[in-house]
Amino acid sequence: MDILFLLIPISVLLVFALMGVFAWALHGSQFDDLGREGERILGDHEPERDTREP
Amino acid sequence: MDIALPANAAFASAPAPRLAATAAKPYDDGAVRMFSLAAVLWGVVGMSVGVFIAAQLTWPELNFGISWLSYGRLRPLHTNAVIFAFGGCALMASSLYVVQRTSNVSLFAPKLAWFVFWGWQVVIVAAAISLPMGYTRAKEYAELEWPIAILIAVVWVAYAVVFFGTIGIRKVRHIYVANWFFGSFIIAVALLHIVNAAVIPVGWMKSYSAYAGVQDAMVQWWYGHNAVGFFLTAGFLGMMYYFIPKQAERPVYSYRLSIVHFWALIFTYMWAGPHHLHYTALPDWAQSVGMVFSLVLLAPSWGGMINGMMTLSGAWHKLREDPILKFLIVALSFYGMATFEGPMMSIKTVNALSHYTDWTIGHVHSGALGWVGLISIGTLYYMIPRMYGKKAMYSVPAIELHFWIATLGIVLYIAAMWMAGVMQGLMWRAVNADGTLVYSFVEGVKATFPFYVIRLAGGMLYLGGMLLMAWNTVMTARTAATPALLPGSLPAPLPAPLPAPLPALNVGRLA
Repeated sequence: MDILFLLIPISVLLVFALMGVFAWALHGSQFDDLGREGERILGDHEPERDTREP
Repeated sequence: MDIALPANAAFASAPAPRLAATAAKPYDDGAVRMFSLAAVLWGVVGMSVGVFIAAQLTWPELNFGISWLSYGRLRPLHTNAVIFAFGGCALMASSLYVVQRTSNVSLFAPKLAWFVFWGWQVVIVAAAISLPMGYTRAKEYAELEWPIAILIAVVWVAYAVVFFGTIGIRKVRHIYVANWFFGSFIIAVALLHIVNAAVIPVGWMKSYSAYAGVQDAMVQWWYGHNAVGFFLTAGFLGMMYYFIPKQAERPVYSYRLSIVHFWALIFTYMWAGPHHLHYTALPDWAQSVGMVFSLVLLAPSWGGMINGMMTLSGAWHKLREDPILKFLIVALSFYGMATFEGPMMSIKTVNALSHYTDWTIGHVHSGALGWVGLISIGTLYYMIPRMYGKKAMYSVPAIELHFWIATLGIVLYIAAMWMAGVMQGLMWRAVNADGTLVYSFVEGVKATFPFYVIRLAGGMLYLGGMLLMAWNTVMTARTAATPALLPGSLPAPLPAPLPAPLPALNVGRLA
């Protein structure tokens, strides 16, 4: 089962990559105001302010 | 639409920033519209092939002795057409639609989006020609030979550039949860495809896998199950998290839970694959790991299912009047059923009965017809009229009719396959006191005949619904005001009411 020496490292690396993306999302303010985000999409045609940091 | 043009001209000079901002932000919906239409077309084609091969299983004479029409060649054509052509086009249409609206920006590299569209159609046509001719890598859901596999990789990377590029230039800081699901689907499918398609070519349409024996089987099902997880689940969950709230006009029940759903699902999915290889040469511990991960998956799956359904909490009456919501919510209930059944079938003792029987076919179709099919159809019914600047499809009663015949078709299909599968499993394992088999294999085939007829009837109903949809789509397109003016140039609901408020507004400012 040599293939597991390829597939398991790939999966482990992937988990680390996912943890990295999760950390980015967490510290990059993605989860700061979750109460509002769900409702925002309901008004698609309302023009939005640019909410990103300059 | 001729009134819309002066209206737009007025927008440009109108001082009101609210209106100017709307006019300045058109979405690039050209490729979205073509992908939507292609999804309907390939749905009809792929399901027609499915009905034909269901008839072949019932009456093998329908092979007609022609190799091109043999079951072994048409079956991969059916699976590729419904998954990658119908499902793929629906996913590409909806992801490119959603990412623009939730990012409040038009597509990054719209020309590349057109390359993705035409490239994907070339892949589909190449599959439709090469599979009946007998060219295959003999890997389930990864049959296409290496030149086509390379084209898939190129198109997929272009798709990723368009999608993530649009995320990159977004005007809204938060990335909406649907985009996380679409994004993970795009990345995971690229990775899976590249690893599983590693081959050594020996000719233009012939190659051998880079892996051998059980190693190859493990890679194949690592690919195969994650294709189910990321192509057929994560991608369509992206649809679910955008189109159910939009159609219900309510935010998703718990936005926090949707975030938990996403991370829990992608962290646990990767190692469920070995459950396809129970009681094979795969090491026992790897089989057990696959089973445990499959059981764990029940939690995030049901969390997401309940979250989607409860979005209608307090507005259940909408389900009575709105056939599009019916499609979307019943799709979720099939998602719940299939994600309960799947973990259950991955338990080794259950799998000992179910594996290699038609129960597996029933399970797959409860996911494919019920979850993937219905959520895509609901989504397309939402998007297609908007692609033509209309509020609704040409015939709403036809959507209602489509819903009921499709649902009836699914019920017939999966109930027949459940019964056939359990019966086959029990017949195959029945032994006499002296250890000999009670039934020969062909007795099991004979006993399955009536269930194959019922399955065929269910498939025909589902296909009938799809034909109705194709008619409805054509009529919607033909009765659109002037489609030539519309190709994605404006967000939908502008036409008539707008010219009126403008003069009033200007007068107000003058006064």
